[in-house]
Amino acid sequence: MTEERITPGKSKKSSALLELLRKNISQYFMFIALIGIMVIFTITTKGVFISSRNISNLLNQMGYIAVLAVGMTLVIIIRHIDLSVGYLAGFLGAFSAIALTFWGWPVYAVLPVVLILGVISGLLTSTPIAKLGVPAFVSTMAAGLIFRGALLLVTMGTGTIIIRDRLYNAIGNGFIPDLKLFVLPGNRHFLTLLIGLIFIILYIVNAVKSRNKKLSYKFDVLSPSLFVMQLVLVSVIIGYIAWTLSGYNGISWSLVIVLLVVGIFQFITTKTPLGRHIYAVGGNPEAAELSGISVSKITYIVFGAMGLLSALSGIMYASRLHSATTTAGLGFETDAIAAAFVGGVSAAGGVGTITGSIVGALVMMSLTSGMNLMGIDISLQYIVRGAVLVLAVVVDRATRKNR
Amino acid sequence: MDTPILEMKSITKEFPGVKALDEVTFSVKKGEIHCLVGENGAGKSTLMKVLSGVHPYGSYSGEIYVEGELQKFNGIRDSERAGIAIIYQELALIPELSVYENIFLGNELTDGMVINANETIKQSIDILEKVGLRVNPETKIRDLGVGKQQLVEIAKALKKQVKILILDEPTAALNENDSDNLLKLILELKKQGVTSILISHKLREVLAIADTVTVLRDGKTICTLDASDGQLTEAVLIRNMVGRSIDNVFPKRKAHNIGKEALRLENWGAYSPSLGRDVLKDVNLNVHDGEIVGIAGLMGSGRTELAKSIFGNPDEYRLSGKIFVNGHEAKFSNPRDAIDARLAYVTEDRKRNGLILIQDVKQNITLANLEELTRVGVIDENEEIVVANRSKEDLNIKTPSIEQFLRNLSGGNQQKVSLAKWLFVKPGVMILDEPTRGIDVGAKYEIYTVMNALVEQGMSIIMISSELPEVLGMSDRVYVMSAGRIKGELSASEATQEKIMELAVDY
Repeated sequence: MTEERITPGKSKKSSALLELLRKNISQYFMFIALIGIMVIFTITTKGVFISSRNISNLLNQMGYIAVLAVGMTLVIIIRHIDLSVGYLAGFLGAFSAIALTFWGWPVYAVLPVVLILGVISGLLTSTPIAKLGVPAFVSTMAAGLIFRGALLLVTMGTGTIIIRDRLYNAIGNGFIPDLKLFVLPGNRHFLTLLIGLIFIILYIVNAVKSRNKKLSYKFDVLSPSLFVMQLVLVSVIIGYIAWTLSGYNGISWSLVIVLLVVGIFQFITTKTPLGRHIYAVGGNPEAAELSGISVSKITYIVFGAMGLLSALSGIMYASRLHSATTTAGLGFETDAIAAAFVGGVSAAGGVGTITGSIVGALVMMSLTSGMNLMGIDISLQYIVRGAVLVLAVVVDRATRKNR
Repeated sequence: MDTPILEMKSITKEFPGVKALDEVTFSVKKGEIHCLVGENGAGKSTLMKVLSGVHPYGSYSGEIYVEGELQKFNGIRDSERAGIAIIYQELALIPELSVYENIFLGNELTDGMVINANETIKQSIDILEKVGLRVNPETKIRDLGVGKQQLVEIAKALKKQVKILILDEPTAALNENDSDNLLKLILELKKQGVTSILISHKLREVLAIADTVTVLRDGKTICTLDASDGQLTEAVLIRNMVGRSIDNVFPKRKAHNIGKEALRLENWGAYSPSLGRDVLKDVNLNVHDGEIVGIAGLMGSGRTELAKSIFGNPDEYRLSGKIFVNGHEAKFSNPRDAIDARLAYVTEDRKRNGLILIQDVKQNITLANLEELTRVGVIDENEEIVVANRSKEDLNIKTPSIEQFLRNLSGGNQQKVSLAKWLFVKPGVMILDEPTRGIDVGAKYEIYTVMNALVEQGMSIIMISSELPEVLGMSDRVYVMSAGRIKGELSASEATQEKIMELAVDY
């Protein structure tokens, strides 16, 4: 989750670390704040917060918001907003429940159909925005009302629909199986540790390769000592997460899904022309259009992706509850938008990262989890979360001005 | 002789890197119609902004006297209190409010806390009478034509007991009939004792109504001429407007061959649905390989519209006529098509629609041609750095690093990034709209040098420019536009500032 940017300019090596910190201060800030929050809760809950069980729960609980936050990040980057995602997730969750329970569809048919429906819904919602210039606020709010009506309609006769399909329910509740090669002390999850190790190795190999590539171009890179520090730091973080999770059932399917989504979208936004085009449209739509980028096409793609992720979120939520309810999806959009803003996305467009928003989601979810453990009343929890949201954005604006 | 109603003495106003006004003296007699003329960028608008308090006291040097009293305006409110009202080209009316509400905006008549609509309407009728506008005061502004809206603006000014009425290009957006009415009204107001200052490019109009004309050039007062005796002519005005020596600010170009035709427009026209009129009509022009063609014309003559219409703006205009690229007819339905046909367009307003200020130098340079850097779907960021560094060297872009955000660069360096971006698409024809606007002399020279190098390599350049010396110094051929049409074509040898200006003011 740390994002290093190696300066190819002619910065002096001695100040490289400071330079790195200064350039990415707003990104590091939330990460440091997250660690701060976790430390505080660990103290106030006498260690319960940082226990394997709680961390595992926390990550699984945030899955359906995290995937929405990824999509919302793109939507806000291109200067729009999507208020329909909550009810779309609720409706498509209910749709999958009906298909499984009443129509008897198998899971492997339900999932692709629901995901495609999500994309189609996203495209339909964005048509007035992309074609006619209707404000996204209005278009998506209208779509949200329609999806809410649709959700009530399909659950009218039955009320809550209980889902009994084991495979489906595993999406939100299950864990990856272990390789029962031998029993580790403390009954730790071996495969989880192995995956953690593989991640660390992949990370190091990749970082070294990229550094060598830059050296072959004679670009400035981090000094060897700083580079090793960076490798160690990231490896420790990955290792610690794997170690913690291995103490309680290991990696959940939810986490696998979130990591996949984050990986794919992080790749698209940072490495591909499509990603560049998205940032360009957000940064200056007129300039982007004149540079040969179709703003309406990008709008469709982003809202289509948002629809896809809404469908995924709906599946994860219904699966987690083993059921579709009439109120599913209520307020998801608020949580996703909050995560994006806490994570440094700018409402003015063109600024924000996928990893930042995931850190934002983690911050918000840690607050909820920690305050729950402390037995703080829900009324106060809302007030604290509101205050943190506004504080995060204020700090973000202040640190950004220096660039 | 009476004290003048307005005297501006030794006004100097500097912007970073530019002296917009240099010891300008401007004096207006009570009750006269005083016209202010000059090329684009001569300092007319800046002078009026100083007068109206937009540039507050202290941001300029010099003194302003109204009826003999020294004034220190800190904003528009202060100048309005002194009886000065300015009416801009872009009208400052609120479209969703009615005529009477607009006239009294900010000066609402109230009974206690409640607006007295009846009294307001009654007074509005009297004021509208004065400007000769017969509409129901409850009509919404957006239901009126531009000409009538202008009259409402004037009514609004009269409501504020205006002594000096300033009109900035009031007839630019009006048709002939509305223009005539407006000019009659200004003459009418003169009889009622209102002093008017009129900024206009339309010299015929100036000669028709002016008592006095002041000519500005390069931020200096050139002369103040008495027009009331009918001796003043357009030729005299033009000579004073342009009479500038062309210094040695243009790099020498090596003799080179002008090749085959690269781009041709035939009977090109563009209708703007939002403006409800043709912005371009019957445009025929061409440009050859290795040639710089200058497009001259005054503000609003259709130059930028020409560039935009060529570069594929299907939403903005309805186009007619034909476009040929390298002899083949082409049709661009969006900018991508134009780029694919190896056209490039460096826009006039780089901040608004040219660059992405919140991204860094390298991302801006590569944006229009990312395919070139993409390997199996992934941008090769190392290659990107190489490309950006090469552009930085080639164009001498002064930035600490190619990772610097564009908003931190000076205007000249931003413009070089713009050029670099479009050179990276390897165009055959480049359209440069005001390539040196708002940048310092050194950077200008560098950009001219780059342009020369490009045409020597066989590229074609269409250069739109408001600066006549630039047009004359750089162009192989010049087209002059006015009112959306090409008014004339001049070869480099026959083009002079006077000839261009004569064509440009031909409405």
